[in-house]
Amino acid sequence: MLLLVFAIFPTFYSVVFALSRVKFTANGLRFRFVWFDNFLAQFSGNEQAHFLGRLTEISVLGWAFFVAVTAATLWWFFKSFRNGASAIGLVGRFISASMAIFIAFLLGATLLSGNPWGTLMTTMFYVVVGCSVQFLIGTGLAFLCSQPISGKNFFRVLFFIPLMITPLGVGYAFKMVLDITKGPLQPLWDAVGLQNWAWSTDAWAARWFVILGDSWQWIPFIFIVMLAALENVSRDQVEAAEVDGASNVQIFREITWPQIMPVAVTVILIRMIEAFKIVDLPNIMTSGGPGIATESMTLHSYFLWRANDMGSSAAVAYLLLILTVVVCASFFNYIVLGQLRKTK
Amino acid sequence: MSDTSLKLEKSDRSLVQRLFEAPAIGKMSLVSKITTYSVLWFWALFVIFPIYWVVITAFKDAAAVNQGPFYIPFVDFQPNLDAWRVHLYSDPYCDAYAIGRQLVLLVYNTFAFIVSPVISLQAMEPQICKTYLAFTNSVVIGVAATLLCVSIGSMAAYALARVQYKPKFGNVLVFVLLALGTIVATSYAGIPWYFSTAVGLVLFFLLARAFGKRFKNTLGNGDILFWIISQRILPPIVVIIPIYMMFQAVGLLDTHLALIIVYAVANLPIVVWLMHDFFAGLPIELEESAQLDGASRFGIFWDIVLPLTRPGLAATTLLTLILNWNEYLFAVFLSTSKSQTMPIMVAAKNAGEKGILWWEMCAIIVIMIIPVILMAIVLQRFIARGVLLGAVKG
Repeated sequence: MLLLVFAIFPTFYSVVFALSRVKFTANGLRFRFVWFDNFLAQFSGNEQAHFLGRLTEISVLGWAFFVAVTAATLWWFFKSFRNGASAIGLVGRFISASMAIFIAFLLGATLLSGNPWGTLMTTMFYVVVGCSVQFLIGTGLAFLCSQPISGKNFFRVLFFIPLMITPLGVGYAFKMVLDITKGPLQPLWDAVGLQNWAWSTDAWAARWFVILGDSWQWIPFIFIVMLAALENVSRDQVEAAEVDGASNVQIFREITWPQIMPVAVTVILIRMIEAFKIVDLPNIMTSGGPGIATESMTLHSYFLWRANDMGSSAAVAYLLLILTVVVCASFFNYIVLGQLRKTK
Repeated sequence: MSDTSLKLEKSDRSLVQRLFEAPAIGKMSLVSKITTYSVLWFWALFVIFPIYWVVITAFKDAAAVNQGPFYIPFVDFQPNLDAWRVHLYSDPYCDAYAIGRQLVLLVYNTFAFIVSPVISLQAMEPQICKTYLAFTNSVVIGVAATLLCVSIGSMAAYALARVQYKPKFGNVLVFVLLALGTIVATSYAGIPWYFSTAVGLVLFFLLARAFGKRFKNTLGNGDILFWIISQRILPPIVVIIPIYMMFQAVGLLDTHLALIIVYAVANLPIVVWLMHDFFAGLPIELEESAQLDGASRFGIFWDIVLPLTRPGLAATTLLTLILNWNEYLFAVFLSTSKSQTMPIMVAAKNAGEKGILWWEMCAIIVIMIIPVILMAIVLQRFIARGVLLGAVKG
């Protein structure tokens, strides 16, 4: 069982290797220690617009949103402080709160002020919107499939397949299907008068189409897990409630939902972790364009690497790691653990 | 109309009631039945359509693609095999001899890899018939990485499920510090990596005992397991540049071995996680009685535990194989021509000056996804039987 050591060593080694790499700029293969210049460049230098978005000319609405979220976060933080949270808990809450305020600032400064987004906000958009859409549709389908219907196995097999298809293939398939002039939907585009519209030059349309492709692939994952959870809900309680004359909505809210809730939050967590890594789809469907509108952080880092700017590339990758860990850990601590405690 | 049907049913339910209320417990009302089926069929259509479109486009020629959408083969357009000819045999170098050579190299590489993983594998000729090359590369890398990953991962998972490890906190600290020192020494002072690694390891064994006494706190199996699983959170882009540098230093860029190692390590967390769940679910009495009869630890693992977890093992292997087959990001960094896998080759088709030749692209996508779809259908049986779900539910 010493093999355990061999199994862990490469992973561990690469992690540590990566940690120290960040502080270097690669110039050929010679390293120069530059402290955090690479990181600072992402936040304040000429890379700022690429990474964070354009932050000038913040509108009143943007400021109002930022102040509101900051106030709410601070209130939440001080409430937990007064309730006597432990020191580690406070540090964790402080980090989560700072991240929330930071993201709120970015949201207010870019989206609500009409400025373009950077790759950080695009990644967050894929994660938040993508996860919500996929969870709602996936759970809805699972609920329908858990009803007494015939052909359940057929649907189950069919709905599972997209999950396993190479993401690259999914990207090309959707690029083709969504083609305005040659794609299968061309009569539809003609009918609504969009035959000259190129969605790949429209930032929002491009983002939504990337989410469409992503959802096609990932809804099956949520569907499969939620279906299993729904089939584990005890029939006795549901039937007892039906005999007592409870409506369908009541049954779902009072009996089914509490039982599937722990699985639901766990599956969202797993999906979130994967969603932060999105790269193939935007790369294939839009190459990150128009401009940088659909560029996720992984893609950003990859483009920097291709331009031989290894220091910045590693810096972006590390910022992604920090973002992922903080968001996922916050979600886990405040929502998943809370739900698990409630059911136990 | 409603009157007659009411009479036929001999029921006092009104039309609205019959539409919206279930006739009995465990059945569905008419309206909800119709809604359910139509939503499910709509989604089925949505799932099938992109796949269908890719498959029929693979049988189109340039005109059929460019002159607007045609939907049904033999009705809208005449299917032909142009695209397939390009990939499979119109390439002038791609004759029976080339294919034979590929197969011989495939066997040789597999054999060489088993005999000695450190020798560099014989490169398959990059110019000869890229489709076959990429396909055999994908098969070799996928299968080898899966076998490596599942064998290491399941042993590690079994160890974590049955043996109590208590690594001392001090030792872990020493290890981290020395690894850090090794890397700093290698990259600043220009000391060769093999020298600094050797010194680091020696120092670790010397210092481990001393530090172990100083910091007595120990970590448990739960901590190790959590740490392994938490590797999943790490975005691959973070480690990819250091890995690229590492393989550059040891001269393994664009070899099969590099991709095999990276894939095996990348999928280790999933394998350990899934297999740990299966092993922990086994009754320990069986193993204890075998131990009383004098079976060795490895004997128990091989003869008793593995056969009992066969469905779980099969499902894990299949899942790992699919993930390896689909992997793109690592491959795009670590392979340029010789060890190109299928996804890289498909992506490279995009780079041509003529724009994307959709029919050729589709043919190759079909070649790429057929194995995955077949594996997915087999894997689905395991999921339906609830084999994998225990792990997913965490």
